[in-house]
Amino acid sequence: MKLLLALLMALVAVPAAAQTALPPAPWADRQIPDAAQERKAKALMETIRCLTCQSQSIADSGASMAGDMRSQIRERIMAGEQPEAIRTWLISRYGDWVSYEPTAAPILWPLWGAPLLFLGLGLLLLRGRIKRRKSR
Amino acid sequence: MIAETGLAALWLAAALALLQLLLAFAGLKGGKPELLAAVRPAAVAQGLLTAIAFALLITLFLRSDMSVLLVATNSHSMKPWLYKFAGTWGNHEGSMLLWVTVMGVAGAAVALFERALKRDAHMATLGGQAAISLGFYAFLLFSSNPFARIDPPPPDGQGLNPLLQDPGLAFHPPTLYLGYVGLSVAFSFAIGALLTRQVDAAFARAMRPWVLAAWVLLTLGITAGSYWAYYELGWGGWWFWDPVENASLMPWLAATALLHSVTVLATRDALRAWTIMLAVIAFSMSMVGTFLVRSGILTSVHAFAVDPSRGSFILALLAIYIGGALALFGWRIGSVREGAPFELVSRETMLVANNLLLSVILGIVLIGTLYPLMTEAFGHKVSVGAPYFDRIAGPLALALMVVLAAGPLTRWRRDSASAVGKRLIVPALLLVVAAGVLAILAWGRIGVLPFLGLVIAIAVGAASIAPLWKRKLLRTPLFTWGMVIAHLGCAVSLAGMACDSAFTVEKLVAARPGDTIQTAGWTLRFVQIMPVAGDNWTALQADMQVDRGGAPVLIRPQSRFFASPPTSTSEAALLTRWNGQLYVVLGEEVEGGRWQMRIWWKPFVTFIWLGGIMIALGGALALVGRERRGWLLKWRARREVEA
Repeated sequence: MKLLLALLMALVAVPAAAQTALPPAPWADRQIPDAAQERKAKALMETIRCLTCQSQSIADSGASMAGDMRSQIRERIMAGEQPEAIRTWLISRYGDWVSYEPTAAPILWPLWGAPLLFLGLGLLLLRGRIKRRKSR
Repeated sequence: MIAETGLAALWLAAALALLQLLLAFAGLKGGKPELLAAVRPAAVAQGLLTAIAFALLITLFLRSDMSVLLVATNSHSMKPWLYKFAGTWGNHEGSMLLWVTVMGVAGAAVALFERALKRDAHMATLGGQAAISLGFYAFLLFSSNPFARIDPPPPDGQGLNPLLQDPGLAFHPPTLYLGYVGLSVAFSFAIGALLTRQVDAAFARAMRPWVLAAWVLLTLGITAGSYWAYYELGWGGWWFWDPVENASLMPWLAATALLHSVTVLATRDALRAWTIMLAVIAFSMSMVGTFLVRSGILTSVHAFAVDPSRGSFILALLAIYIGGALALFGWRIGSVREGAPFELVSRETMLVANNLLLSVILGIVLIGTLYPLMTEAFGHKVSVGAPYFDRIAGPLALALMVVLAAGPLTRWRRDSASAVGKRLIVPALLLVVAAGVLAILAWGRIGVLPFLGLVIAIAVGAASIAPLWKRKLLRTPLFTWGMVIAHLGCAVSLAGMACDSAFTVEKLVAARPGDTIQTAGWTLRFVQIMPVAGDNWTALQADMQVDRGGAPVLIRPQSRFFASPPTSTSEAALLTRWNGQLYVVLGEEVEGGRWQMRIWWKPFVTFIWLGGIMIALGGALALVGRERRGWLLKWRARREVEA
């Protein structure tokens, strides 16, 4: 049984060894002792896209790059940086793509405007109908 | 031979669909009943043939016939039989065959069981169903043939994505597709009604059971998919606003709106044009979803193969069917008389508010899903994710819940605002009390949306059972029970979502065997880590003894390795208690013989899916209740005639 375990460990060890080539990420899977800070970091991580996986935030990705980014975020939060400053830094480094939170860039105005437009249009239609019907 | 027979069955079915379309068209145009008489048999035969083709593909997978390309690229002889079976639709071609089969069988069901529609409308509906089927037959036969052979056959297959090797694969795709494609029936009904100019209460009563059935299955499929993602992906999330999830949510939103507007049409003969529009939109959303998922425009666990020609094919189908239906709508809707008028304070207005909010949410999900694709065309890559959807669709969903509370307590035709207010006194008091208690207990620690969500869920839960107040429960019609249970399910689900995001406790640790971990009132003792082996995987398995004061329970999270294709997955260990779930994931080994572990205590998280099941159950009860009442009325009428 021990031998089998050792064999399996060796199997796992290969990717683990490959990862040591990357800069260390001590805070990838370690929580900040201060709960309020950890909450802030976690909230930010949930809105940052994992760049090597599909449609996952770095808060729920097993990819090593996501781990690096989590570690970076925790370290910066502990150093007292504000989450939005960290987001800006990440965007400057990886582009708008990295943030699940759409920015206020002009290309995104229609995205923010659309819900209001839909709701306004719907209400307008509805108001006309009910009024018209009441007057009958 | 099996593969060739399957292919032949598909071609025959396609030919029958063409025949069905031509017969219905010529019969209705020329007023020839003898042609129309053949439409129903054609639809039934078509359904049978698609079912046969599908059964043959399943047989090929079960026999691991590696001379079939699809089996060789997606299966493996060492797989457990359940995944050979379910693996049939765990790939692009197989899932499209499932799509076409559901469409064929749904058409056959409409031919066999639909009795309420007038003949011409019935025939036009079957013609419409054949017309949409044809496009998907063409797609399957010309660009996604599931029965293609490979020569020489490889010694063994390449295997199935291990993430899909889960009992969820046997349940989630078929139910989802039954709902997704079942909506094609509503689409065909709308086409039939527009062509024959019969949009009235009788039409709505005929369409309602089909919409309900599709909606129930869609609800179950989405609920199952959400739970599957929750336990399989190992990160404790249950909804990721992933484009593929949105693709299933959009038809559901449209179908939910349709379900309510069709009730207004059936009961009050109002909202005629709007109901037809929604029936068109609902299935259009299914097709848009299929386009998004199957075109390779997105990559995810659902997008099995990337092939741009397939994307263009589906896009062309989308343009033809949605464009055609909308053109027909624009052309004919002017001749549909406006429905009955209604007052401002009435059940009708509440249902219109429901429709408005659902449609706006649908619009938001649609634009949020497509927006990154559009900006990418302009060379600007952006992501639209949870922060956008939560912030924009969240408040609208909460408003929808408030409407849900008031709607069933408002009378049809005309009611007074003060009377409705009086009926809502108990829920309103509960709202205030819950808000006060929650504010005292958790102010500043939970977000605004979870706070409002929880408080509204409690009030809506009370309001949704109010329609049963002072009624004889056994004599209450089954469909009223259905409505109550479905609405209560919405409140239960919302409560689960709010509790999960407000009160989840996360703990990340690196532990050695023998260590004890404390979190959220639980004590977890890491006993040992052992290798284990399954049919086609090996795993490292941690034994954890967990307790919160009582007798300890053994749970075993695993880290699995699959040989074909080589992948590792984590199998979370879940311990379900009445008030929540303990969720433990075994990660990688770190220095010093310690193991990464992620531990969550998720209070009331199971309510999310319990609510989903209640919603589906409510729909099923409403369906059975309405149908039973129809049979009883008919039976009584016949007895009276005989007497």
